[in-house]
Amino acid sequence: MTSFWSLWIIVLTIITIVGITWVLFGNRKREERQTDKTTGHVADGIEEYDNPLPAWWFYMFVLTIVWSIGYLIIYPGMGNYPGLIGWTQVGQYDKQVAVADEKYRAMRDRYLALPIEEISSDPAVRKMGMRMFSNNCAQCHGGDARGSYGFPNLADNDWLYGGTPADIKTSITAGRQGSMPAWGSVIGEQGVNDVTAYIMSINGRDANEKNVSAGKKVFQTYCVACHGADASGNTAMGAPNLKNGIWLYGGSAEQISHSIRAGRGGVMPAHADTLSEDKIHIIAAYVYGLSQ
Amino acid sequence: MSELNTALEHPTYNYKVVRQFAVMTVVWGIVGMMVGVLIAAQLAWPALNFDQPWLHFGRLRPLHTNAVIFAFGGSALFATSYYIVQRTCQVRLISDRLAAFTFWGWQLVIVAAAITLPMGITTSKEYAELEWPIDILITIVWVVYAVVFFGTIVKRKTSHIYVANWFLGAYILAVALLHIINSMEIPVDMTKSYSVYAGTVDAMVQWWYGHNAVGFFLTAGFLGMMYYFVPKQADRPVYSYRLSIVHFWALVAVYIWAGPHHLHYTALPDWAQSLGMVMSIILLAPSWGGMINGMMTLSGAWDKLRTDPILRFLVVSLSFYGMSTFEGPMMAIRTVNALSHYTDWTIGHVHSGALGWVAMISIGSIYHLIPILFAKPRMYSVSLINTHFWMATIGTVLYIVSMWVNGILQGLMWRAYNQDGTLTYSFVEAVAASYPGYVVRFIGGAIFFSGMLVMAYNVYMTSRRDVEPKAIPATANAA
Repeated sequence: MTSFWSLWIIVLTIITIVGITWVLFGNRKREERQTDKTTGHVADGIEEYDNPLPAWWFYMFVLTIVWSIGYLIIYPGMGNYPGLIGWTQVGQYDKQVAVADEKYRAMRDRYLALPIEEISSDPAVRKMGMRMFSNNCAQCHGGDARGSYGFPNLADNDWLYGGTPADIKTSITAGRQGSMPAWGSVIGEQGVNDVTAYIMSINGRDANEKNVSAGKKVFQTYCVACHGADASGNTAMGAPNLKNGIWLYGGSAEQISHSIRAGRGGVMPAHADTLSEDKIHIIAAYVYGLSQ
Repeated sequence: MSELNTALEHPTYNYKVVRQFAVMTVVWGIVGMMVGVLIAAQLAWPALNFDQPWLHFGRLRPLHTNAVIFAFGGSALFATSYYIVQRTCQVRLISDRLAAFTFWGWQLVIVAAAITLPMGITTSKEYAELEWPIDILITIVWVVYAVVFFGTIVKRKTSHIYVANWFLGAYILAVALLHIINSMEIPVDMTKSYSVYAGTVDAMVQWWYGHNAVGFFLTAGFLGMMYYFVPKQADRPVYSYRLSIVHFWALVAVYIWAGPHHLHYTALPDWAQSLGMVMSIILLAPSWGGMINGMMTLSGAWDKLRTDPILRFLVVSLSFYGMSTFEGPMMAIRTVNALSHYTDWTIGHVHSGALGWVAMISIGSIYHLIPILFAKPRMYSVSLINTHFWMATIGTVLYIVSMWVNGILQGLMWRAYNQDGTLTYSFVEAVAASYPGYVVRFIGGAIFFSGMLVMAYNVYMTSRRDVEPKAIPATANAA
């Protein structure tokens, strides 16, 4: 803030506080007794007494003004003036975080030094991990970590990006970007129907034999690059296994067709900026433990 | 209808526009509170949106707030301000046509809001959700309102301008300023616009507007109402002219600063937060000045409370006003706000003002006005006013107590942590714990709403020319 605007704020504040103080004292009546004297105004039959300001109210008003002046000396308020004690909300936040870190960091660092496989069955870690999961992950993955439409189940043993402790930690820390391209304009509506039939068949579901064999050809041209020749997926790029009956975006023929035709995009946000490594380590241990 | 209006026409004053607005106050009160009861029910039983987008909480909540503040409260303010300014200046409104324009214009604004908000057409600015064509209509109606009001004051036959008119004048001027500055927006098409402000500045302008919608629309305007109807109904002089001078000037000077207390611990700079908080604390005494002046006006006439349920409405509204204007400065304190912010406590605070103060003072004033406007000696049934009074009071108390409990519960659950430093509760646990409070709030709201139906019946029976008011029953004295 430039010093002009700082001064502007200070002057306006002072004018307001001095102004109301002046009005308050200017209308104080010396004799502090109630009378039956009216002002002489009559409005539609309503008269007004010329009573003094109630004393307790007057002093309460003065007290709030005095308190306010004191507050504006001690705390920031008057433009760029930082206040006597140098309080800021960011400073208050940093201090509280520092206090908490001081108190809990050592304990969490002890766990950080241990491998996830080892601590994932520790009840204390599981409890901590569950609470952190509730407040940071449950919004998408659900309180029971079983996911929902578009959000993977973390409690089964199927992993889009791999289920080793290191994979899980990477997913939480750096996030993931899943992208299934839209194939509708490339393979045509017939191609979409054929590939759908093929996907159905490799999951042991009923499908037209002619479509299946046509779909297999299309699949081997366009889909194998990510999903693999046997359609078992590829965790390096988050391409899901297509023959284990687990569907992130629904497993009906219509939903599978839609995924092929229009594509899908999934985002797991990165948490490196919001959670420290020791916390991510504990959450990863909790998630890892869910499927062990 | 024209025959009816001719029969009720006052020789000097324009009662027609007052009568129109008074009746619409009751109508919009019922509509707005009905939507409120529905969305209160949705918070307890979410399936009640029936998977219809136009019944969704997110669309009906702004409809509720707009309907109760601007349709119900606004109609009450138009009716009473037109009545007060004529009676206390002893002249007719300067123009019947312009007054009629404000009535039909304001009803058009309300109907437009009732259509566009459920359709999802919104600026997304709280209490200013209406899109730009409606904003322009509001501006035109409001400028005409100011011309009628201040024109009538200029033409007055009395030398002194009565205190009620100071508050009403301040409310009209400030609302014009707030509406125009906050609604500055760039249209994209007929139903979409973007605010000219961005980021923190947008938030600050929004809450400068939002808090002063409370300060000037819902406080100054209704204090104007109070300054006429309380002394009139009690038949006593106003307690202290000096007090009215001090608290008027202090209220209008300080309220305009208080907005930043809605943005504690946000991207708003520390200095702005502090000034908002400090001015909110100073605001306590000026706010209470109005309560004291209203309450003390009754000294020497307290016995009338036993027999006059209209006066009960007015006095209890002042008690709720005093309570919420104490609660407000307290919640504006940084450390208290850290607990109360984003919780149901805020909703409870707003409704102790909205139901307890704004609605009750309006209801009392309208009960005072209706017999006058329909040339009857009194309301059709005084005991039904008394019934309504108890429904309104019990409904308000249930509402605010349940929200206090919920608010403090949520604030404490959000900040509770374990010995290992993790948060004790997830967010959804605090939602689940709020369920009983939501049910009690729904019950309180439903009782308050039902009271409005009792009022509508009473008003309808009073308006009928072939029905005479009931004799005042002896039980009303004993109640």
